[in-house]
Order: sequence, then structure tokens, then C-alpha cells
Amino acid sequence: MLDIKNLKASVEGKDILKGLDLQVKAGEVHAIMGPNGSGKSTLSQVLAGRDTFQVDGGSVTWDGQDLLAMPIEERARAGLFLAFQYPVEIPGVSNAYFLKAAVNAVRKHRGLPEFDAMDFLTRVKAEMKSVGMKEEFLYRAVNEGFSGGEKKRNEVLQMALLEPRLAILDETDSGLDIDALKVVADGVNRLRSPDRALIVITHYQRLLDYIVPDHVHVLSQGRIVRSGGRELALELEEKGYGWIGDAGEIHAAPPAAGGAQ
Amino acid sequence: MKTATPARKIDSFLDQEYSAGFETLLEADTLPKGLSEDVIRVISAKKGEPEFLLEWRLEAYRRWLTMTAPKWAAVDFPDIDFQDIVYYSAPKKKDGPKSLDEVDPELLKTFEKLGVPLHERARLAGVAVDAVFDSVSVATTFKKELGEHGIIFCSFSEAVKTHPELIRQYLGTVVPPSDNFYAALNSAVFSDGSFVFIPKGVKCPMELSTYFRINARDTGQFERTLIIAEEGASVSYLEGCTAPMRDENQLHAAVVELIALDDAKIKYSTVQNWYPGDKDGIGGIYNFVTKRGDCRGARSHISWTQVETGSAITWKYPSVILRGDDSVGDFHSVALSNHRQQADTGTKMIHMGRNTKSTILSKGISAGRGSNTFRGLVRIAPKAEGARNYTQCDSLLIGDQCAAHTFPTIEARNPTAHVEHEATTSRIGEDQLFYAMQRGLTAEDAVSMIVNGFCREVFKELPMEFAVEAQKLLGVSLEGSIG
Ligand SMILES: Nc1ncnc2c1ncn2[C@@H]1O[C@H](COP(=O)(O)OP(=O)(O)OP(=O)(O)O)[C@@H](O)[C@H]1O
Ligand SMILES: [Mg+2]
Repeated sequence: MLDIKNLKASVEGKDILKGLDLQVKAGEVHAIMGPNGSGKSTLSQVLAGRDTFQVDGGSVTWDGQDLLAMPIEERARAGLFLAFQYPVEIPGVSNAYFLKAAVNAVRKHRGLPEFDAMDFLTRVKAEMKSVGMKEEFLYRAVNEGFSGGEKKRNEVLQMALLEPRLAILDETDSGLDIDALKVVADGVNRLRSPDRALIVITHYQRLLDYIVPDHVHVLSQGRIVRSGGRELALELEEKGYGWIGDAGEIHAAPPAAGGAQ
Repeated sequence: MKTATPARKIDSFLDQEYSAGFETLLEADTLPKGLSEDVIRVISAKKGEPEFLLEWRLEAYRRWLTMTAPKWAAVDFPDIDFQDIVYYSAPKKKDGPKSLDEVDPELLKTFEKLGVPLHERARLAGVAVDAVFDSVSVATTFKKELGEHGIIFCSFSEAVKTHPELIRQYLGTVVPPSDNFYAALNSAVFSDGSFVFIPKGVKCPMELSTYFRINARDTGQFERTLIIAEEGASVSYLEGCTAPMRDENQLHAAVVELIALDDAKIKYSTVQNWYPGDKDGIGGIYNFVTKRGDCRGARSHISWTQVETGSAITWKYPSVILRGDDSVGDFHSVALSNHRQQADTGTKMIHMGRNTKSTILSKGISAGRGSNTFRGLVRIAPKAEGARNYTQCDSLLIGDQCAAHTFPTIEARNPTAHVEHEATTSRIGEDQLFYAMQRGLTAEDAVSMIVNGFCREVFKELPMEFAVEAQKLLGVSLEGSIG
């Protein structure tokens, strides 16, 4: 469903993605690991359409469409969801209002009737229960003053409500206690279905005990330098990234031999 | 009478008192451009005003001649030629309509386009509407029900005829003609406006509402509003304005006076949506308004709530004089300036009585190349033992070409006074927009959501249907503010 070819992106003249290839099929869960600063968040934000990043080359096809040509909100409405590594605070806007606006924008696009206040509350309260959020979070400003873990739960809540077809989770597990980790994993696992795909960015193989990925990739210096099954994550946990350094260089040799299957 | 400028023409007519010429002028629907004592006499005569009022107008006019237009506001506009303005114009009509059925259907249609479905509003919401079209009231509803409570709600001109003693007692007691340049001008030439009188102990059973509309070409608007709440009375008054698009700048200089006696409460809400000019600042309304409330009685309470999205230039400081002991004054404001709009607004809270309390909550939004200035003056008189003020000024910037300025002034002349001031400035961040858009919202929706969130504390002070209108208005006013 998602086909990334030789993707190059830069910010303020600095090249970050340097020819990245990745293929994700419906029903699959891909894990992306890689050292700090390697370009994982950049990849996820380029896919979501953030224009602070400049796309310098390559292509991204999503269900036969040119993803890079779609406006940000169109991507979202078509079912692309990004759980942010650093969720953004929006003071003054209640979480309930924000969630309802988002859910209805997406429902409208899908030709579904928009939720009225009552329907929405029923739905959101049920989802909040399953991600372990108290109702008071509905009435607080979006992410404002939320703890790190609460912000991440809020991302998972949004994901559950929006029912994306392609979800990208950017370090949603970082900084979470073990219960929260299970919540995230549970949220992802409930979403798993043959017509959906997930990309999970993480530094910890621990998450992959709960979310068992079909594929694991290593992103280094703007390229996928290695791909494998779940055992790759275990190997990385044991040995760190140092050992793939050279291998990375080999894999990354032009013309774009990068790691997707 | 060598050159027949319009003003001179009037002079010549008026040389012969009560001549046929004078009568002709009186029958004219619109006076020629220009201002002179004679124009004022004609206005007063047309309205059949009592002698005291004509004298009051003339006194104001003479005062005005000695004054100069204020230059200190942080706004910038070409000088206004006060001889190039028409000071009186009436819609064409034979007799005033006695009910809605008699109102020109074309006029009603226009109101409807502006979102003032008179019938619906009147019937469903139970709002009495005193619609001002140009200078003369054309429709008044619910008068009867109000009358049963002894409430007077009518056009200012009507009140002059039916209750001259109240006009004489209260007019100009809050904003004297000498107060400022535009107040003096208004006092000299005011055409019409609204009058509200709530007698002792009466709680007005419905929101009172006036919709203003600026319509005829080159017509200066000089509204005069006077609201009196006697001992223990209370009223909520809504003023809404919309102006159609046009090319020429138009002057609007209204005066609003509120008087609250012991234990009375007046809540005055405005949603102002006049044409702000295009994105280059061409056209648009110049809005120079003097609004002031007088908490004359003990424990009285006056509250101003305003949402200002319109006008090319706004110069406006709704204020409260806290004269009575334990009286309370509030000012809640949202002012938005987009494109090249300039808004210089704020409030004055003058504490004179003991244990008086005031709250100022100002939310300024600047977008495009708009400029927003807030001026707050809190003055605590030596006698105002135990006075308290809380001021909060928040500015929200959208884009990087706009500006916000805050000038708080505190003059505390009593050591027991307690004054607190907080100010914040924030900018709608690219990261916030991206986050909201990643969830499926358009940039416009995201901005309007953030803006509405920013204004929430003020919006909740507005009556329900006004709050909804205000939210929509902000959305419309912000169109094109993000690239
Ligand atoms: N707006 C920006 N301006 C300048 N440099 C940036 C910007 N955004 C990202 N970068 C740089 O791009 C590189 C890749 O950043 P990115 O956030 O994609 O890394 P990451 O793989 O997600 O790292 P982490 O594991 O720490 O989250 C980093 O060197 C970062 O400093
Ligand atoms: Mg990252």
C-alpha cells in the first residue's frame, strides 16, 4: 500500500533523508529502529506532509496515489495518522473539541454521518477507558500540562478514534511506564487488520514483545541500511548499532540498494 | 453667496427663518454635505426637538469648533474633511411603520442577508429589536410587553418626544459634550440611536437588541444611545453591527452612556463587524466611539463585553466610572485586526467609591499586517478605600507581519488599593497548525479553533446566540490570514 522510492529530504539545506526505500503492504507491521538523529522523525513527518522539510527527490506512492502531492489534511482524511514523538500543546482548545473536530473531519471525508455531541461523548469515553485516561482529560486543553506519558496515551486515543489505514507511531513507547506501554501495544494490536498497515518507530525491542512486527528496519544516516525479521531487533538490543555501521555502508551503496524487501 | 457650495446654500436658506426654503430643506430626505449651526438647527427642527435639546446641540457644536481631532492613538489615516460629510439622511417613507408588516420588504431582505432575521429573531428568541436603518428607526417590536413592565425601549428621537424629562435629566451626564472631539461632534449632530429606561426594581425580561446598518453613501453615522437602570433594575443590551462592502471610508462616531443607580446592573454586549477595508486597506469604516458607564449608585454593576472584528480603524475605550461604594465594573474584549486593520482599544476603570472592584480581560488578535493596541487605564481616587482591579491582557499573533502593543497605566492614589496586571503574548505556531492538520482539519479550521479557544473566556460572557455569531465572525474575518 505504501511504496517509498529513493526518498530524499532536507531541512535548511541540510540533507537528512538520503535516498530511502521502503515498502509496506496492507496488513503488515513494520518496526523502524536506528540511532538518534538518523532521520526517523523526519521520515514520519515528510510522510505526513510537514512542509518545513523539503523533499528533494524520490517518490512516495500510497494506494496508487502520489502521496507527496496531497495536502496535509487530505492525507489525514484518507487515513494517514502520525502519533507524534513530541505531541503539540494547544492552549485554550479543549481536548474534547479538538477530538470531535478531527473525528468529524475524517468521518465526513469517508462519507459517514458526523457525530453529534452525544454520540461523540459515548464513543470517546469508551475509547478513553481502554487507553486508561480519565474523563477530565476531555476538558483540559489539548496536551497542555499533560505528563509525557499522558501525551502519549492521548496520541493512542486519537489513533483509536480516527481508525487510520496507515498509522505511524514515532517513539510512542518512549518514556512510558510498563502499564502505559501495554496500553500503546494494545491500541496498536486492536488496530491491526488485513487492510491496515502500521509503522512503529522505537528504540526498544521491549515494545516489540507486545507488538510483534512482520519486518524490522534499521535507519541510519538517512537510509534504510538493514532489514530483517523480528530477530533483528533482538540482535540490535544486544549489540547496539555499531556493528551494522559497515554493513550499513555496504547496503547503502548506490544505486539505492536499501533494505526493503 | 458667490459660490454655491452646499453649505452656503443652506446658509442662504436659513437666512430667512421659516421661509419656504427652510421648509424645502426640512422636506429633503438628505441634507447636503457640510456642517454649520444652521445644519444643526435643521436636524433639530426635522426631529421636532424641544428647545433645550437644540441649545445643547449648539453648545456642543461651539465647543467642537475649539477642539482638534486626537492624534495620539496608534492609528494612521488621512485627515477627515468634516465638511464633506452628510449629517442627516432619512430612508424614504411616508409614515413610520407601526408594525413589521409595514416595513419595506426590501429592507427586511437586506437585514436577512446580514443575518438579522427580524421575524425569527423576534419570535423565537424573544428579543426586542430596534433596528436602525441609516439614521431613523424603522422597526420596533415587543414594545407592548416591555411597556407592561414600565420599560421604555425606543429610538432616541422617539424618547425625546415622549420622555423629554428623562433625556434632559440624563443626557450628557456620563459623556459631556466637552469630553472629547468626537463626543462633541456627536452631541452636535447625532441623528438617532436607542433609549432604554428600566424602572426601579424591574428586571428586564428579555435581551434588548439593536442592529445598526450603515447604508446610504457618504452618510456619517452619529448614534446616540442612553441606557438608564434605576435602583435594583437590571438589563442586558446587545448591539450588533454589520456594514456592506463599499469603497469610501466612512466616519462613525457614536456615543453610548450607561447609568446604573443603586443595586442596578447593566450588561452591554457588542459584536462589531463593520467593513474593514480590503486587504490593502482600501475602504472600510472609521469607528471612533465613546462608550462610558456610570456606576452612580452603591453596589451597582456595569459590564462591557465586546467583540471587534470590523472597521478599518477602531478607536474605542468602553469605560466605567465606579462612583457608588461597592460598585463593580467589567470589561471583556476580543479585538481582531487582519490585513491592514488598525485597532486602538481599551478601557478605563475610574475607581471613586469605596470597595469598588473592576476586572479587565482583553484578548487581542493580530493577523496579516494588522495592528492591535490595548490601552488600559486604572485610576484609584484618594477616597477609593479598598478598591481592587485585576487586568489581564493576552495577545495572539498569526503570522509575522502583524503587531500587538499593550499600554497599561495604573494611577493608584490610595494605599489600600490592590491592582494586579498580567500580560501574555503568543503566536500560533507552525507546529500547532501541522498537528491539527495531521488530524484532518484545514488550516483555516485549525486557526479558527485556536483563536476561538483563545477567546473563550470572553465569549462565555456573551449571550448564547451572540457567542455563536461571534465565533463565526472570527472565522470569516480571519479568511486569508494564512498563506
Ligand atoms: N527543523 C530542523 N532544523 C534543523 N535540523 C533539523 C530539523 N529537524 C530535524 N533536524 C535534524 O535532522 C536530523 C534528523 O532528525 P530526526 O528528528 O529525524 O532524527 P530521529 O531519527 O527521529 O532521532 P531521535 O531518535 O533522536 O528521535 C537531526 O540531525 C536533526 O538535528
Ligand atoms: Mg525522532
